[in-house]
Amino acid sequence: MLHLTRQPIDVGRLLAAVAGSERGGTACFIGTVRDHQDGRSVVRLEYSAYEPMAEQECAAIVAEAVARWPVRVALEHRLGELAIGDAAVVVIASSAHRAPAFEACRYVIEEAKRRVPVWKKEHFADGVIEWVDPTRPASAAAAPAQVRGA
Amino acid sequence: MTSVGSGTLRVRVLFFATYADRVGRETEDFILPAPATVGDVVRRVRAVLPGGERIPERPLAAVNRVHARLDAAVADGDEVALLPPLAGG
Repeated sequence: MLHLTRQPIDVGRLLAAVAGSERGGTACFIGTVRDHQDGRSVVRLEYSAYEPMAEQECAAIVAEAVARWPVRVALEHRLGELAIGDAAVVVIASSAHRAPAFEACRYVIEEAKRRVPVWKKEHFADGVIEWVDPTRPASAAAAPAQVRGA
Repeated sequence: MTSVGSGTLRVRVLFFATYADRVGRETEDFILPAPATVGDVVRRVRAVLPGGERIPERPLAAVNRVHARLDAAVADGDEVALLPPLAGG
């Protein structure tokens, strides 16, 4: 698996993968497991994916960023059971200068949230286990996935 | 999957996360009259699978691992995935 992993995400390895002597600016986004949701206490998260499509969608998003900005990009999403504070997703973009690095990094995480088929189950402190639905009004609103022709 | 006679097509439907819980399975094959769309597949799922009515009428969907609209055509042998609201990151 290129973009999906069941191991802790190794940020140092991803940084090294996009580094280069001509690259003077590197931007990094790390999404970590939060200990609360809608005022309820969360103890851990469980991530699953439609793995072949998720891999393909991650690769497409990285390719789009590389076509649009002069950047090198790393994108990795973790699956399985994660504890509070664990990194669930990491995006790193490096370029000669900071602007394309920031822009590409933002693009990749936003598109990944919209398009990559990953789901998570929240385990709450009170024992309740629920699939996260970002379209539920009580949660932070999220745009629906971008739909392309089949 | 084995091929089916002309006039019909067979698709494999994949269910994930809360949708898999609702229908109690991760995959099911369906034979539909051709031509058919993703929307036709969803209607069939909702009509015949126990728990299928708990899948929304207009879910996110993918055909052969690419996001697809409900009016997209499906072909014999296609893999149609019904995707609950995405929650990555």
